[in-house]
Amino acid sequence: MGINTSQRLALSDDILMKIEKPERYIGHEVNSVVKDRDNISVRFAMCFPDVYEIGMSHLGIQILYDMFNSMEDVWCERVYSPWTDLDAIMREQNIPLFALESQDPIKGFDFLGITIQYEMCYTNILQVLDLAQIPLNAEERGEDCPIVIGGGPCVYNPEPLADFFDLFYIGEGETQYRNLLDLYIECREKGLGRVEFLRRAAKLPGMYVPRFYRTAYNEDGTIQSFTPTEEGIPERITKEIVMDVTDTYYPMKPIVPFIKVTQDRVVLEIQRGCIRGCRFCQAGQLYRPVRERDVDTLKKWAVEMLKNTGHEEISLSSLSSSDYSKLPELIDFLINECGKNHTNISLPSLRIDAFSLDVMGKVQDVRKSSLTFAPEAGSQRLRNVINKGLTEEVILKGAGLAFEGGWTRVKLYFMLGLPTETEEDIEGIAELSNKTAALFYDMVPKDKRTNGRVQIVASTSFFVPKPFTPFQWASQCTKDEFIEKAYQTRTAIARQLNQKSIKYNWHEADASVLEGVLARGDRRLCQVIRRVYEKGSFYDAWGEYYDNERWLETMEEYGLSVDFYTHRERAADEILPWDFIDCGVSREFLWREWEKAKREEISENCSLKCQGCGAAKFGCGICVVPREGV
Amino acid sequence: MANDRIKLRIKFRKYGPIRFIGHLDVMRFFQKAIRRAGIDVAYTGGFSPHQIMTFAAPLGVGLESNGEYMDIEVCSITSCQDIMERLNGASVPGIEIVSVNVLPDTAGNAMASVAAAAYTVSFRQGREPLTDIAEALPVFLAKNKIPYIKKAKKGNRELDLKPGIYKLTYLKAENTFFMLLDASSAGNIKPGQVIEALLAESGESLQENALLITREDVYANMGTKDKPEFVTLDAIQA
Ligand code: SF4
Ligand code: SF4
Repeated sequence: MGINTSQRLALSDDILMKIEKPERYIGHEVNSVVKDRDNISVRFAMCFPDVYEIGMSHLGIQILYDMFNSMEDVWCERVYSPWTDLDAIMREQNIPLFALESQDPIKGFDFLGITIQYEMCYTNILQVLDLAQIPLNAEERGEDCPIVIGGGPCVYNPEPLADFFDLFYIGEGETQYRNLLDLYIECREKGLGRVEFLRRAAKLPGMYVPRFYRTAYNEDGTIQSFTPTEEGIPERITKEIVMDVTDTYYPMKPIVPFIKVTQDRVVLEIQRGCIRGCRFCQAGQLYRPVRERDVDTLKKWAVEMLKNTGHEEISLSSLSSSDYSKLPELIDFLINECGKNHTNISLPSLRIDAFSLDVMGKVQDVRKSSLTFAPEAGSQRLRNVINKGLTEEVILKGAGLAFEGGWTRVKLYFMLGLPTETEEDIEGIAELSNKTAALFYDMVPKDKRTNGRVQIVASTSFFVPKPFTPFQWASQCTKDEFIEKAYQTRTAIARQLNQKSIKYNWHEADASVLEGVLARGDRRLCQVIRRVYEKGSFYDAWGEYYDNERWLETMEEYGLSVDFYTHRERAADEILPWDFIDCGVSREFLWREWEKAKREEISENCSLKCQGCGAAKFGCGICVVPREGV
Repeated sequence: MANDRIKLRIKFRKYGPIRFIGHLDVMRFFQKAIRRAGIDVAYTGGFSPHQIMTFAAPLGVGLESNGEYMDIEVCSITSCQDIMERLNGASVPGIEIVSVNVLPDTAGNAMASVAAAAYTVSFRQGREPLTDIAEALPVFLAKNKIPYIKKAKKGNRELDLKPGIYKLTYLKAENTFFMLLDASSAGNIKPGQVIEALLAESGESLQENALLITREDVYANMGTKDKPEFVTLDAIQA
């Protein structure tokens, strides 16, 4: 607990009584950190540009919050997007956006760090800047404004946001922030001003200061060159990475919100990165190489965090938890420990096999829970294209074991619009769903069917090619193609024998197309994003607030084509907007994988065989672990 | 219910920014605070066990209180003092435990026991009424019936507030009312309703969000309906 608690709130009682969930804006949560303003050298506002319940659930912010606040001279506070009700009041009454802990205006902070987790929050970034009364474009900001820093997965293509940020921090936040803050303090003491600070910051590892780079375009709209505008500014920026994920920052006292947030539990990150190179998956490439945490440390952390939060649930987090080598040992420990005091264990992203079913049978109510498989594509051919190792045999074997164990609900996740997809691949989605249902009726006698029948939920999302994946060169489907594919899927499912046991869900196509534009966009999109925001858009990630027409019309206003960014295969020699970033994985490796995809060839995962992706240069994680039998 | 369990009544204050935390979230807060404090709380059985916990009377969002009550069951205790200290150690500024008592086995739970609540009420600066309260109050209190129209979605209903106002005084110097009102589930009256009815006598209506309300305590009735004898909930002890 802090030394002095501020009792003053930024919002008046009248406002707090009028808006939805005032708890979003008053701070004071357990384990939130309050420091003495007078003994602080740097004030850092950490922002997740979405509503409190989403932002508070994000592990990355909790890690950095803990890291910054462990520094004696730094006070890190939180800020989220005000919901639309408060947004309207703040604009009308000219109330500046404030940080939760001190309730002080963001404008007076030294830094505003914004984590950028998905493309559809880009307009919310502008909402936050605007409400904070900070000019939207970085170059319009004076000495009285905080330095605005972007981080998170979307900064691996920061170009569509380049105008709005003073600085992007590329990579994992645990490594360079202290150096950046020290540089800031030094520049401030010498009275050097923000531009000079940024110029020097641009030379620190992992830092990208967009104002020191210029893009030139070819006549066809592709990039001709991307170059630093000054001597000494690096041409390429290599991501920052934590070499030892055990000996690093992790919040032993995460904040416990009053209101129920999405992640209302202790989150234990067991490893970073993923050994599997699914070709559609950006996270699988960005966070290479996989780095495991020491299991004894994890056990200690789990106990400590449960004690410090009082949470009733703990969840293991990683991209693919089944690949963690000490998983059985860790789960055994947790089941034992949690059994003592009514703590639930949640195990997302486990591969379904005998081991995981046994564990899940112990920690959840089998009748009420469902099992999830993510084959991602309907046929083996297409699964080879995307390098998803899951076979039909494995799925049906897992489902069979599950039905024996009493499960009756199965969720299947697929993507539509993957490169090379044909009608047969789509048909395969329906057939696999049907086979899974049929297996249940074959295996489980009538009198043993817990809920009477089996329920298969097949969901499809639309494939959006992302930077730093082998599909970064691929063409994305148009909206009409997406809708046609969803229609095909629906009719194919309706033709199945067990169609009554299969429920089909699909996503909206509009937002997937726009996500594609933003994901692989360039600097010219900054003006579009700004204009769309000025016309009234934000909370685009929330379907009810998303105005597709407005985006399309604004793209047109600026003479930019949606198809140029989405519906076009890039050539091998085209300069991609994010080429100046080095995330470890080389362009050559990604191209090789793209070619293999077209040949329907798979690549083994890192634990079986190194594919020479390039990430070994970091000298950590699986790249330096000797392989068994090799 | 196993009889080796001990029922505890916990009295707490809620004030400052925490007054904007809703009732359900205060419950969630305590469920986690009890675990942080390492209290040997009892759980229900079944596949999703939860702590055995009852609150006396939900407090509206925006109100402060010096007398909130919650009953929990524990399997073992060190001492009431120790539990209070540990809970305070696990709490946040704005939620403060002021007493912990062991309840007699025979005591009804906190919610069922509630008969009345005491409040202090004052007007926010700038939202004071024109009515001279000191003058209007004696007339108001002398009435046999105090009609009040309760607005509801399903249609308005006329209530008589009079029988539920056990005590109503006004301190002019401090611009503060003190009220003891019926808080039972059948006849619950809110402080705002009383002030509204009072102002209505002189044709005035209450401005929006004009009142600052603190619940001072919650009472059980140890007497009869006609001859009530109100005691605070923490006076009931084993
Ligand atoms: S298993 Fe595949 S989809 Fe999942 S995180 Fe790893 S690479 Fe991505
Ligand atoms: S260098 Fe080899 S082992 Fe390391 S991440 Fe790349 S493919 Fe995996």
